[in-house]
Amino acid sequence: MTLDLVYFAWVRERIGVAGERVDTGAQTVAELVAELSAREARYAAAFADLSALRCAVDQELADFDAPLAGAREVAFFPPMTGG
Amino acid sequence: MDVRVQESGFDFGAEAAAFAAGRRDAGAVVTFTGIVRDDGGDLREMLIEHYPGMTERAITAIAGEAATRWALDGVLVIHRHGRMTPGEMIMMVATAARHRADAFAAAEFLMDYLKSRAPFWKKEITAHGAAWVAATVSDEAALGRW
Repeated sequence: MTLDLVYFAWVRERIGVAGERVDTGAQTVAELVAELSAREARYAAAFADLSALRCAVDQELADFDAPLAGAREVAFFPPMTGG
Repeated sequence: MDVRVQESGFDFGAEAAAFAAGRRDAGAVVTFTGIVRDDGGDLREMLIEHYPGMTERAITAIAGEAATRWALDGVLVIHRHGRMTPGEMIMMVATAARHRADAFAAAEFLMDYLKSRAPFWKKEITAHGAAWVAATVSDEAALGRW
């Protein structure tokens, strides 16, 4: 499955890119995180503490156990600070 | 419902006046404006990053939720992104309702949800460097009251 990944705020800075396209066999967001973390240290650093992270699947907030079937875009970012 | 996500500034007075103008059924309009605050006295700039596409969807969903909870005649949300200096307006909400209790409650609900459920991230740039603003426990706790 091909997914577009997008990163924001310090997650983007730690990974070093704003977004990228990946091929993955991950079934859930958590599996995708594990796969990326095993790939390179910069991902492991960005994803070290999942409690400090939020994710969205196709631009809707999601849990890390959310399934990726049919998904096109997954985003990772810190807790939001709008307003 | 009017949701605008923009880099440029806005004229708060003109927006509030336009929002209130011509309403005959709504007896109450409440507005809130968020301003770039310089806590330490050394803030040079606030940089606000957002998630284009999701931002508009998330705010529209939050405003839609407010409209189901309270009897509202109108909702306006303007939220900026990009670079701002202390004292500049970041965002505003306006709510119109028949009675003030609904307008006040909906405005507070919108602010609580915009703060931690709309994909914006603030970075403060001071003379000593740059740091992302951390979400607070109280931001998250504020959602619990709704």
